[in-house]
Formats: sequence, C-alpha cells, structure tokens
Amino acid sequence: MLKLSNVSAGYGSFQALFDTSLEVNAGETVAVIGPNGAGKTTLLRVISRLIDASAGEMTMEARSLNTVPSHEVIAYGIAHVPENRRLFPRLSVEDNLRMGAYVPSARANFAERLERVYALFPRMKERRKQLAGTLSGGEQQMCAIGRALMSGPKLLLLDEPSAGLAPVVVQAIFEVVRKMSAEGYTVLIVEQNVQQVLKVADRAYLLETGRIKLSGRADELRENDAIKKSYLGL
Amino acid sequence: MQVFDIFLLEAVVNGILLGGILALLALGLNLVFGVIDVVWICYAELIMLGMYAVYYGHNVFGWPLWLALVFGVAVVAVLGALLHQFVIRPVLAAEPINQLLVTGGVLFFLQAVATLAFGIEFKNIGIRLPQLSVGEMYLSVARLIAFLVALAGMIGMYLFLTRSYLGTAIRAISQDRAIMPLMGVNPNRIFLITSALGGGLAGLAACLLVLQYDIHPAIGLTFGPITFMVCVMGGLGNMIGGFIAAFIFAQFISVGGFFLHIEWGYVIAFVFFIGMMFWRPQGILGSK
Repeated sequence: MLKLSNVSAGYGSFQALFDTSLEVNAGETVAVIGPNGAGKTTLLRVISRLIDASAGEMTMEARSLNTVPSHEVIAYGIAHVPENRRLFPRLSVEDNLRMGAYVPSARANFAERLERVYALFPRMKERRKQLAGTLSGGEQQMCAIGRALMSGPKLLLLDEPSAGLAPVVVQAIFEVVRKMSAEGYTVLIVEQNVQQVLKVADRAYLLETGRIKLSGRADELRENDAIKKSYLGL
Repeated sequence: MQVFDIFLLEAVVNGILLGGILALLALGLNLVFGVIDVVWICYAELIMLGMYAVYYGHNVFGWPLWLALVFGVAVVAVLGALLHQFVIRPVLAAEPINQLLVTGGVLFFLQAVATLAFGIEFKNIGIRLPQLSVGEMYLSVARLIAFLVALAGMIGMYLFLTRSYLGTAIRAISQDRAIMPLMGVNPNRIFLITSALGGGLAGLAACLLVLQYDIHPAIGLTFGPITFMVCVMGGLGNMIGGFIAAFIFAQFISVGGFFLHIEWGYVIAFVFFIGMMFWRPQGILGSK
C-alpha cells in the first residue's frame, strides 16, 4: 500500500533521515521503534508531505506522493495523528471531529463516520460538546485518533500515541490500536513504548540515528537480543 | 423632568443603534486579526473605498441603489483578498511591527490614491432617510437600518463560523495553523477567504455609513480610531468581546453627549478607554 524507497529528509542543513526504505501492506499494523531523536516523527512528516524528501521515492497504492501538496495527501487515503495530538483546544470535540471530515469526499459520510468513532470511543460521545483543550491526555489522544478516522483513511499514521500518558491510559490506547487492526485498518505507528507496540504490531522497523537498523516480524523482534537489551530492559 | 427622561431614553436608544454599527465595524477587523494574526491598520480606508464604490455605482454609473450597495461590498471583499495576497502574505512570517508598518503604509497609499482619483470635495449619494418619531422620541431611520443590518450581519457571521465546515476551519486555523494540511485544508486558501470575508464586512459597513455620512478621502480617520479602540477594548481578535465593547462605547458617546456636548461624548469614551487600558489591557474578553 505505502512504499518508501531510499528516502532522505531533514530540516535545513540538518539531515534527520538517511536512505530509508519501508513498506506497509494493506491490513497490516507496522511499528517504527527507536529512541528519541531517531527520526521517527520526521518519517511520518515526510509521508504527510509536511516536509520534503531530499531524495528517494514514496508511493501510495502505486501513485507517487513525492510532489503532492501536503493538504492533498489526505485524498490519497492517508490520515496522520500528529505528535502531541495537536487538537484544536478551543473547538468542541465534535468540531474537532468535523475538521477531520473537512475534505468534500468525507463530508457526505460525516454522520455515519461520527457514529463509528463514537462507537469506538463512547467517552467522546459523552464529551462531544466539551472543548477539546479541557479533555484529559488519554481522551485527547482518542479524540485525535477519532479526528483522523473521520476522513475515512486507508492508512493511519500514529505518532507516539502513548507519549505522556499514565500507564493505565497507555494500556487503553494500545487496546484501541489493537481494535483498529482487528477492524481491518492499516496502521503505521511510531512508538518509544517498544514493549507495548510490539504486542499489537504485525511487523516492525528499528530506526536509529535516521537509519533503519533492523526490520522483521514483531514477534521475532521481541526475541531479538539487541532489542531485548536496549529497548525491553531484559 | 419628564421631558428630560424622554431625551435621556432617546440618547440611550440612539446609543444602542450606534453600537450596532460600531460592532459591525469591529467584526471584520477582529475576524482578520483573530484568524490571521495581522492587524489591518488600513481597515477604515477599505471602508472609505467601499463608500466611493457605492457612490460611483449609484451616482456616476446610474445603477439602482441595491446594485450599487452589492457592488460596494464586492469591491471591498476583492480588495481584502488582494491586500492579503500581495501585502500580508509576503510578511506573514515577519515581526508584528513590520506587519503594522506595511498595512500602515497601505493606509496612506489608499488615502493618496483616493485623493488623486476622487478629489477632495465631499460627495454624497443624495439619499437622506427621514427621522422616525416613536412616541415623543426621534430616531434616525438610517441608523435603525444600520443597526438591523449590522445585527443580521453578525448573526449570519456567527452561524457561518459555528455551523459550516469552512467556518469551523476558520476558527481552527487560528488555533493551530501548522497542522491544517493534515485535515486536507490549504491554509493559504482559508486566509484568502477570511480576508475576503473581512473585506466584505468592511464593505457592508461602508454601505451603512454611506447612508449617513458624506464621503471624502480622509473619512477613514473619523471612524478608524474608534474601530480599533472597540476591538482593543473587547480583546483584539475576540468577536464577542468586540460586540460588547461596541455597545459600551456607543453608550458613552451617546449618553455622555446628551449630558454635556456631543463632542464631550467622544472625550468621555476615550478617557474610559484609556482607563480600561490600565485596568484591563488585554480587553474585556481578551486573554493575551
């Protein structure tokens, strides 16, 4: 579905991503793990075209993404839940969800998708009139995921959904990710919580200092000695 | 004593009517500032050009008044979009002081252009609406119309901003510009639409002012400062705050003018403004 071949990217003279190749197949949940500053967020920002790739090819369902303007990426079926959730704090939960359905093709399905999001996150339905800025961290993450689902994406990009949340809430968020994979969503998730994410992912890539160091099935990586030592504390 | 009460009531009612037009004046400026974070110092000069547009449509081209009024709104809406595209957009990332200076430059530019193009003599569209007597009070029909249109414009704006996708995007972009593309929104397009809307509101104000005042190239200076004061007192960028401030201001002008002299109404209003700036510099509902 999504394919990156030898992609490099950075900010000004600083290069954050080197020669990265990665693939996500339809129906898969793929994790990108690695330490802080490894280039995980940059990777998702390149896919969403928020920053330019300086080299390499990106395709979504065999269509090139390389020169697509960032606001048209969503029309390719890619929805991005950004780092730190980035809700509109002074809009209500429902208006945030409405923004997720902004593109004309999504507006027609607004009511139906809203019901689906509310079914996935009953808490959002209770709080639909509340300003998003007043939600708890976990609720904000759910709202941000719900907002991305409103566009009816084929591929969901999740950037550190568990960051800054209490352990019990982290569990709930990964439960949501598991539920979405079970419902057939294709997910590319970037995480520092390696232990948890390898339980919900089918495959994973290890990204360190802007380079893919390892890749494979998630259950295999969990048994990998280097990962056990550096990321699982075993 | 009874006559005094009626005059006082008349002053209060006139203040409410004036408040409507002040609120409309503030609305466009607040919309643009709230969304784009840039103050159009030349806002009142856009209104001046709108008044000329109505005058040319009606008195020079001989169009029916309604068409000339629509033309006035359209002209200023287009000017708003052009202002954004060619003046604001290049300085969006610049320091606020540079943005103020560049729109300030546009103010003098527009005044000079209007003086060259239209001359300095006063013009009016030759329509004087009657006074309406309600009980023993006299109210200006032009002000009443202005009040009702201003109110309708504000309600329409509120519904647009809260009920439509585009309106929601306009509210959203002021809160997080950088992630708008992830929603499938082209931020520059929203800014252009907002600027055209802000211009359209200035055009609407122009249509209402042209019914009451003569037009000249410097007329922006008569209501430009008070518009800025209303916006600042309400909390710059806060449309509801601007609405409330407009009515407070208008009461000071109208009732203050009733007790003393009409010019004193403005003096009292300005003194009140200065006092407010010490007490609540962020404005009635402002947070910054």
